[in-house]
Amino acid sequence: MNAVTSSLKTDTAKLRHLYSRAGFGATPDQLADAQSLKRAVRNLLSDSETVSELKVVEPDENVTKKNLKDLMQRGQLDRQMLRERIRDNAERVRDLNLQWLDRMASGKGSLREKMALFWHGHFACRTMGQNPLFMQQYINTIRQHALGRFGDLLMAVSKEPAMLQFLNNQQNRKNAPNENFAREVMELFTLGRGNYTERDIKEAARAFTGWQFTPDGQFVFREKVHDEADKTVFGKTGPFRGEDIVQMLLENRQTARFVTGKIYRFFVNETPDEARVSELADHFYKTNYDIAGLMERIFTADWFYDARNIGTHIKSPVELLAGMRHTLGITFDQPQPQIFVQRTLGQLLFYPPNVAGWPGGKNWIDSSSLLFRMQLPNYVLKAADVNIRPKEDGDVNTQSLARKGGQTFRTTVNWTDFEKPFAQTPDAALPDALAAVLLPFPLRPEQKTLVQNQLKSAQTHAARIHALTTAIMSLPEYQLA
Amino acid sequence: MTRRHFLQQSAFATAGTLLIPHFLKAYETAAMGQAMAPSGKILVVVQLSGGNDGLNTVVPYRNDIYYRERPTIAIKPADVLPLTDEIGLHPALQPLRALYDDGLVTIINNVGYPNPDRSHFRSMDIWQTASDADQYRSTGWVGRYLDAACAGHAHEPFRTIEVDDTLSLALKGDTLNGMAVLDPKKLYNQTRSPLVKGLSYNPHPSEGRAVQHKTPAGEPETVAYLYKTLAETVSSAEYVYEKVGSPTVAATYPNHELGNRLRTVSQLIQSGIGTSVYYVSISGFDTHINQPGQQERLLRQYAEAVSAFMTDLKAAGRQQDVLLMTFSEFGRRVKQNASNGTDHGTASNVFLIGGGLPARRVLNEAPNLTTLTDGDLTFTVDFRQIYATLLRSYLGADDVAILGKKFEMLPLV
Repeated sequence: MNAVTSSLKTDTAKLRHLYSRAGFGATPDQLADAQSLKRAVRNLLSDSETVSELKVVEPDENVTKKNLKDLMQRGQLDRQMLRERIRDNAERVRDLNLQWLDRMASGKGSLREKMALFWHGHFACRTMGQNPLFMQQYINTIRQHALGRFGDLLMAVSKEPAMLQFLNNQQNRKNAPNENFAREVMELFTLGRGNYTERDIKEAARAFTGWQFTPDGQFVFREKVHDEADKTVFGKTGPFRGEDIVQMLLENRQTARFVTGKIYRFFVNETPDEARVSELADHFYKTNYDIAGLMERIFTADWFYDARNIGTHIKSPVELLAGMRHTLGITFDQPQPQIFVQRTLGQLLFYPPNVAGWPGGKNWIDSSSLLFRMQLPNYVLKAADVNIRPKEDGDVNTQSLARKGGQTFRTTVNWTDFEKPFAQTPDAALPDALAAVLLPFPLRPEQKTLVQNQLKSAQTHAARIHALTTAIMSLPEYQLA
Repeated sequence: MTRRHFLQQSAFATAGTLLIPHFLKAYETAAMGQAMAPSGKILVVVQLSGGNDGLNTVVPYRNDIYYRERPTIAIKPADVLPLTDEIGLHPALQPLRALYDDGLVTIINNVGYPNPDRSHFRSMDIWQTASDADQYRSTGWVGRYLDAACAGHAHEPFRTIEVDDTLSLALKGDTLNGMAVLDPKKLYNQTRSPLVKGLSYNPHPSEGRAVQHKTPAGEPETVAYLYKTLAETVSSAEYVYEKVGSPTVAATYPNHELGNRLRTVSQLIQSGIGTSVYYVSISGFDTHINQPGQQERLLRQYAEAVSAFMTDLKAAGRQQDVLLMTFSEFGRRVKQNASNGTDHGTASNVFLIGGGLPARRVLNEAPNLTTLTDGDLTFTVDFRQIYATLLRSYLGADDVAILGKKFEMLPLV
């Protein structure tokens, strides 16, 4: 049963914690809108009920690398044109990234988008051959099932061409098995390392033979390359197909434990409380992997709001960027700096570092990333130019991601809405009032002095809000949620 | 007033040494500028990003298969700078050939790893983390070297430095991270903003935790971690900047990215800051189309920069203490493609330059072009054997702990 009781009173700090974890932070308005936590959780869920697709390419205008190569072989395209088309595709993937980031920052359906960001790291997938249609389908599938049943999500995303391609299942054939897909489905998606045998992998790989996709992005089962013979997986024997393996994985309670543990580390605390995770996992399993139900249970639990869980999460670069945009209603006049920020800080959407996704936590922070993060509010709010450069990844096809213009930040900030709730706040109370919106902890006295030192003597109330907001967002604590 | 003076004065004046964070106390000691490696040796890693074509770098100029498979992009025998009866260098590598003649260069052929991955990002990941091809690690081998070398001691990020704006996975450890410094002055200025200065001159209470044995009330460990990283950054940036000062550089460096970065490495080495590993990268080696001009330009830049670097170190009397290792995430296919380029391949060559290694040599056999694996070269040396040898025999570190398993040593040092 839900742990929220009437004893859990509405409290700005708790509401703030909820929005920072279940979404991409809050606006002052959202925090001022007094409501019970339970109600706020319901609103987050209901606001995320519907989903509209991201779209950068129409299915019929997509041209895969293979199509292009065919065209080339027929002499309808030369090598130079081929390269241009591939680069053009990379630009569309970039646009998909920006479109998704806009959704995250919009504050609409924020729980769904936050969950989708989590699943993008869980079902990590990169675009091979810079295929925008495959990535578009992949991310829409994730966003569509983000709060549904884990079983549906697992099955759907496993059948996505982007995933089958990324994990080489096209090369998994009856007479030439490729075990990559079967291994990652078990190691990374469901059971976790050490909870299956090498034999299970080998046999399951045979069951996944025939799971393929067409160049236009359709999943197909190709009987000709499927191994119909009996396989023995997890001690059961039969002429299994991929669907049977997925079903077996869902029947295994370890899947619920593994996934719940990962959700706990992402949404609650990097150091898991084993008893809690175990209890949540049991419930997750019993409800047939109802993701929304699991999240509601977490967000309405008293312990979720314990001091020991507040401010423990180091924001990922995308969370930092989307959160800043949401809280201040920021739009970028030119979008490229948002790609620049992601590359500099090490989280570029649709380009996770490997199949294990972004490691997260302390891994986000080193001397240069911390300094850059602390300077980011200045770049974004004061349109300052940046004089650093992220590394290139070595791939000639992704150069468009590194194109010029990334270091020139020009933004429009919706200060009017942000300032309104502070209109009556006396000057002396502004630092604490702003910190209550922006930080997980109150300002320490020396921090307050420091941010107040950023003010000039004769400044309007609005100018004070702008200067203090920039300073507070530049504190190390703003990196935490 | 510098941060150190400030800390000294304020801390001693108020509560005695207890408030000086553990890791900062080390800065007050004379050990600061001393080398971290027991051997006193310095390793400089140069990463060629994009997959440098090893066959056109160290050319098998007597091999018919090479010329048959690369009708338009092969390096003509007359242009090759011969090293042995079998192999020679790309003509743009003339300065490297001169270093070879001086006995400073070791070439290792056929370097790769089992089950090679032909994607840039994944293969680079494998080279930087030193993982197996089917294993995922979130720490790099240089970072874990820092972990091992600094275990139980003060954390000084500048002990492993990447000359760049951002830090590679290679320099991220389990508990410690190296430091990215493209330009000591620029980094120093970044830490001089009133806010950053203010935050680090008023250390967060948690900074003294190691000494005080208590966390500030109600704040999680993440806060302490951020402030600790910030304090280390500010202190290190100041230390590096103060040490480097305005150096005089004997050699003339070519004016391009790698030249500038290696000049910075030399300045840092000569300043005596006590860094054991430097990391530098250049990109552009992904030569699918019109490879010849592009690769020639990059190899020329590489050779000019390395040559200037070695000349500079020689003048400073440091050539024996510094070893430069160059690698790329993979080589290219043996057969050229239809647009005068090459596609992603597998094994390639690694260069070791300087470091007081035995006189010039080619360590192992030339690539075998008759027994290819899927049209690609078959590796015979695992790159982690090179790492293991450099870690143990050159830097004096625990290679097995850092790499996670034992690799056979190579007769390098």
